[in-house]
Amino acid sequence: MLKNDTVVTIREKALWMRRRAFQMVFDAQLGHPGGDFSAIDIIATLYFGVMRYDATKPDMADRDRFIMSKGHATGALYTALCAAGYYPEDWLHTYMQPKSKLNGHPNRNYLPGVETNTGPLGHGVPVALGIAIAGQMTNSDYRTFVLTGDGELQEGSNWEAAMSAGNRKLGNFTLIVDRNRLQQGMGTEETNGLDPLDDKFRAFGWDVEFVDGHDVPALLDVLSPVPGGRSKPLCVIANTSKGVSFMENKASWHHGVPNAEQLDIAMKELV
Amino acid sequence: MAAAAAKQEGYFDCRDAWAQTLESLAEQDPRIVAVVNDSVGSSKLGGFQKKFPERLINVGIAEQNMVGVSAGLANGGRIPFVSAASCFLTGRALEQIKADIAYANFNVKLIGQSSGVAYGELGPTHHSIEDFAWLRPLDAITVVVPADPWETAEAVKWAASHEGPVYLRLSRMPVPNLEIANRKFRPGRAELVHQGGDVTLIACGTMVHLAAKAAIALAADGISARVLNMATLNPLDEAAVAAAARETGAIVTIEEAGIRGGLGGAVAEFTAGNLPVPVERMGFPGFVPTGSVEWLFEHFGLTVPGIMKAANTAIGRKRP
Repeated sequence: MLKNDTVVTIREKALWMRRRAFQMVFDAQLGHPGGDFSAIDIIATLYFGVMRYDATKPDMADRDRFIMSKGHATGALYTALCAAGYYPEDWLHTYMQPKSKLNGHPNRNYLPGVETNTGPLGHGVPVALGIAIAGQMTNSDYRTFVLTGDGELQEGSNWEAAMSAGNRKLGNFTLIVDRNRLQQGMGTEETNGLDPLDDKFRAFGWDVEFVDGHDVPALLDVLSPVPGGRSKPLCVIANTSKGVSFMENKASWHHGVPNAEQLDIAMKELV
Repeated sequence: MAAAAAKQEGYFDCRDAWAQTLESLAEQDPRIVAVVNDSVGSSKLGGFQKKFPERLINVGIAEQNMVGVSAGLANGGRIPFVSAASCFLTGRALEQIKADIAYANFNVKLIGQSSGVAYGELGPTHHSIEDFAWLRPLDAITVVVPADPWETAEAVKWAASHEGPVYLRLSRMPVPNLEIANRKFRPGRAELVHQGGDVTLIACGTMVHLAAKAAIALAADGISARVLNMATLNPLDEAAVAAAARETGAIVTIEEAGIRGGLGGAVAEFTAGNLPVPVERMGFPGFVPTGSVEWLFEHFGLTVPGIMKAANTAIGRKRP
């Protein structure tokens, strides 16, 4: 597929994911729509432009792996896995309902395509690191991508893993930071500042790239060539926002849910 | 480091059985890998490291990462044996054990080394007497506490063949091999060490051989004590506990762990809800004072006379 076609496909999928995720959150009156929206273009780019997988064989040994460390953003993850063909759209209607496979945080034992159970923050990077080490040990060519929130990087376990990944020179390992600059209570920099985030990762032995987390061609440029001869893990700091007017720069949309009027406004904007 | 326990004829450090068994399993199965937190020496994995340098992953002093990495290795088709001092493995990385191993249900083997009060004088920061209470509620994890070198080797072999998370709680305290004919390791099943009808001594790990000796001494006093080696704490062999309650009417539990939430807790939960009988729980009431392992065992009555005394107390509490 030509790159332009890929970009169009990713944008179409991402738009569908946004609309579908917001509807799910509205229906359930539960969820984390702010974190869904900042992450959706990144996830859509991975699933529809970058990663190698076969949704009919979720356990395929040499599949590329995507680990959703910010496990609360299930609106983004569940719509992506659905769009990728792991399960039918009917399942999305059960989001958060009793005994649904679509829990508030993903469970790999219920849901095909989920690589590990996340939810508590700071868990995804170590698990992804283990997956990347396994690939290195077995000379597999699969790649491992992990998406973290930015506030999540306040958890020390990330830095244990970052140190280890840097020392192991894992070129097959990519960490994408959803740099929306907001966490549950307020801004990241007002809480426990992360900047200069790039310097931190470089000091731990990583390559670092900045990207606009909603610029699909730019995301493809950064993520497609991995590992591309790299001998270091790659940290992609993706600057993101929510993409819906009334949600921008408001920490309350971390786990705020829309009313009918807000749903209507959002659906008019998301076209 | 804590003073090494005096070497005694016929007593063995179970870490040797663990390390030798893992090495021989790793020769047969290339998926087996070891994950450590700078714990090669204390886990006796020097031989493994020499034979399989590429299959030993040392993450450094970083237990949360160590456990998360092991879940990822399992995702990548490896069979990780994570070996670290049980106090740090289970305490520091408890949320990773809960979420990444138990809830995610990855095929990871957690090997808690130098458990209980093995680090003696180093104190409660280095003791692992809370691990049973922390891990027993995580029902995906099979919790196994071998009593001797033979059982340690069998448990390691079983863990490698079992698809699912396992916590294997090992000790560096020398213990003798139990004298039981025709043994077979059966996970989830209590092992009958000594038959008896007046009281049942239910023990695990380093305490089993003491319970066996106590039963012999009790026999001389005319008391018939049953001894069960409860090597699997989770899932508990409820049928064996029920039979003990029904047939002997009194139970003593003995463990190198806290008396809340461990083996004693498990037995008390079951009997209280099903077959209420007197249960005397032996172990540690909480953080312990400074002392060698031997002194701590003596101080808290984890000795043959101490077990005999508890057996008499339990029998005395039976309803007429």
